[in-house]
Amino acid sequence: MTARKPKLAVWKFSSCDGCQLSLLDCEDELLAVADAVEIAYFLEATRAQVKGPYDVSLVEGSVTTPEDIRRIRKIRKQSKVLITIGACATAGGIQALRNFNRVYDFITAVYAEPDYIETLATSTPIQDHVPVDFELRGCPINKYQLLEVVNALLNGRRPVVPAHSQCVECKAHGTVCVMVSQGTPCLGPVTQAGCGNLCPSVNRACYGCFGPKEMPNTSSLAGWFSANGLGQPHVRDFFRSFNAGAEPFRRESEAHE
Amino acid sequence: MVEPDKQDHPIMAIDRDGLNALIQRLAAEGYQVIGPRVEDAAVVLGPVAGVADLPAGWTDEQSGGHYRLVADGKGEAGALFGYTLAAQGWKRYLHPPRTRLWQAHREGRSWRVEAEAAPQRYAFLGVRACELSAIGVLDRVFDNGQFTDPGYAARRSGTFIVAVNCGRAAATCFCASMDTGPKAHAGFDLALTELPGEDRAGFVVEVGSPAGAAMLQAIPHGPAAAADIDAAERAVATATAQMQRAAGGREMVADAAGVLSRNAEHPLWEAVAARCLGCGNCTAVCPTCFCTSVEDTTDLSGEVAERWRRWDSCFTLDFSYIHGGSVRRGTASRYRQWITHKLSYWHEQFGTSGCVGCGRCITWCPVGIDITEEARALAESEGRT
Ligand code: SF4
Ligand code: SF4
Repeated sequence: MTARKPKLAVWKFSSCDGCQLSLLDCEDELLAVADAVEIAYFLEATRAQVKGPYDVSLVEGSVTTPEDIRRIRKIRKQSKVLITIGACATAGGIQALRNFNRVYDFITAVYAEPDYIETLATSTPIQDHVPVDFELRGCPINKYQLLEVVNALLNGRRPVVPAHSQCVECKAHGTVCVMVSQGTPCLGPVTQAGCGNLCPSVNRACYGCFGPKEMPNTSSLAGWFSANGLGQPHVRDFFRSFNAGAEPFRRESEAHE
Repeated sequence: MVEPDKQDHPIMAIDRDGLNALIQRLAAEGYQVIGPRVEDAAVVLGPVAGVADLPAGWTDEQSGGHYRLVADGKGEAGALFGYTLAAQGWKRYLHPPRTRLWQAHREGRSWRVEAEAAPQRYAFLGVRACELSAIGVLDRVFDNGQFTDPGYAARRSGTFIVAVNCGRAAATCFCASMDTGPKAHAGFDLALTELPGEDRAGFVVEVGSPAGAAMLQAIPHGPAAAADIDAAERAVATATAQMQRAAGGREMVADAAGVLSRNAEHPLWEAVAARCLGCGNCTAVCPTCFCTSVEDTTDLSGEVAERWRRWDSCFTLDFSYIHGGSVRRGTASRYRQWITHKLSYWHEQFGTSGCVGCGRCITWCPVGIDITEEARALAESEGRT
C-alpha cells in the first residue's frame, strides 16, 4: 500500500526570496523532502504547477498591496496547514520601515510616475490577514528549523522550535557574552534563538533577525543601551530592522523617537 | 626538585615544568585535560596541551553585568591562575548543554535502540573551591543513592580533579560567606596554590586521593619549603579578606534560607522583574543549575528516532508549561522561583544550599542583577539586619 504523498506549496509575497533559498539550500535533505512530499507549487524551484488544494503551504513575504490580500485569502482557502516563513511573513520584514513614515513620500521620491503604483500604507505579516498554523521566524529562516517543522508535520509530532532567548543558545555553545565582556550592545537577551548562533560565534552582537523572544523585556535592555552611551536615535534604530514591525520591537523603537 | 620516586611528604611543591609534566602525564593516561585559556576576550575552559596554553599574565575584573580581561603586566612570567573564574564552569563537561540519551532504528515492526558510547575521561585543571562545592552539589542531584543518572555518573567517576586555591577574590565572589572557599578542603585529587610574587612562581601541592598521590609520584616534585607553605596560606587569607563586607567585599546575608522562605509575597519581586530580561544567562552559568528539557527528533522517513536532553532554564516561559499553559507567566514569579530554590528550598531537597557563592550569575547577568543584593534587600525589609 502506498499512501498519497502530502502536497506542498511554497508561496511568495513581498520578500527577497532568501527564505525560499534556505529551502533549496537544504540540498541533501531536499531530496528526502522531495521523497516525502509532492512539491506541487514552488516557482523558485520548478515551473511545474499542480492545482490545489494543498496539504501544506509555506508562505514567504509580507502583505504590501491590495492584490496580496486577495491572494493570501485564496491560498488560505486552498491549504490545510499554512506556515509562514521568515521575518517578512511573520513581522512585515525590513519593508515594514515604511509603517513609520508616509508611504506616499517614498513613492514620489522613487518613481517617475507614482500614480502607477498601487500599494498599501503598511507592510504587515500574513497573520494580520488570515489564520496561520505556525510561524517560523528568521531573516532568513534557519534551514534546520525549516526541516524540523516539515519533519514534525510529516511524523505527526510537535516541532522543536523554542521561543527562548538567543542567550540560551550562546551559553549552550560556550560563546562568551559580548555585552558583558566587551560592553557591546546586543539584542540577544530579547531575541528568539534559532539562527544557530551565527553572529555571536564570530564575536558580534545579535541583530535580532529572529524577532522578539517570548515576553521580551525590551525596556530594561534599552535602559542598558542608554546607560552605556547609546543615544536615543541609535536605541530606536537598534529595534528597527528586519523585525521592526514585530509588536514589542515596534513599541520600544517608538519610545525612543 | 627531587626525582619522582623519592619519599612523599604531606605538602609538596612543583614548579612550572612539573605542572607541564602533570598535564602531559594526564594526557598520556588517556584523560582529555581541560583547563583555562584565553579566548574571545575572556578566560574560558577548553582543552590544554601544556603550560603554554594557560592564561599566563591574565587576570580579570568582574562586577554586576561586567567582565574585562586584564593583563597583569608581567606577560609570560605572570601568574597562570591570576584570574578568578572562567566565563563558564565545569558543568558543561559533567552535565553537557546537549546530550543524546539514545538513538533508535526501525526494524520491521519494532525498534533497535543503540546505547551511547562510553564518555571521554576528563582531567580538570584549575577547579576553584566554590566550583568543587558545586560539583558536590551536582553529585547529590544526579547520583544520590536513590536516583542515579547513568550518563552523569559515568562522566563523573572518570574525572581527575586538580583544584587551584584562590589568591585573589573578584568583586563578585562571596564563597567565604557560603563556607565553600577560597581554599579547597576535599573533593580533589591534587590541589595547587600558586605562589605569589616572583616570576614564573611554582606551586604548593596537596594530595587529596590515592589517584592524586600516584600522579604526583609520576612527575618531578619535591617537599614544600616552610616559607612557601606560609606564602600559600597568606595568599588564600588575602582572598578571604577581600570578600569581607566591612572591607568593601561581598557576603551573602545570614539566614538567607529563612529570609527567602518568609518573603514569597514582596514588592521586591516586581521591582526585579522590571529589570530582569528573562534571558536565562544566570542559570546557564550557575555551576549548580541542572534543569533540562527532553526533545525527541525523527528523520524525515521516520526510520530513525533520537531523544536529546538539553539545558533548560526556569526563566523561560516553556519551563513551567503544563496542560493548559505556563504556570509562571510573569518574570517576577520566575525570578522568585530561581532565587528561592537556590537559597532556600534546595536545603530541604538536597540538604545543602543550591548556591556556592561563585558570583557568576552576577557577572554574566547582562543587567547585573545581584543575588546577594536581592537577598539582602529582603532581609533589610524585615528589619533584621
Ligand atoms: S546562584 Fe549565582 S553565585 Fe550562587 S552558585 Fe549559582 S551562579 Fe554562583
Ligand atoms: S537575572 Fe539576569 S541573567 Fe538571569 S534571567 Fe534575569 S536578566 Fe537574565
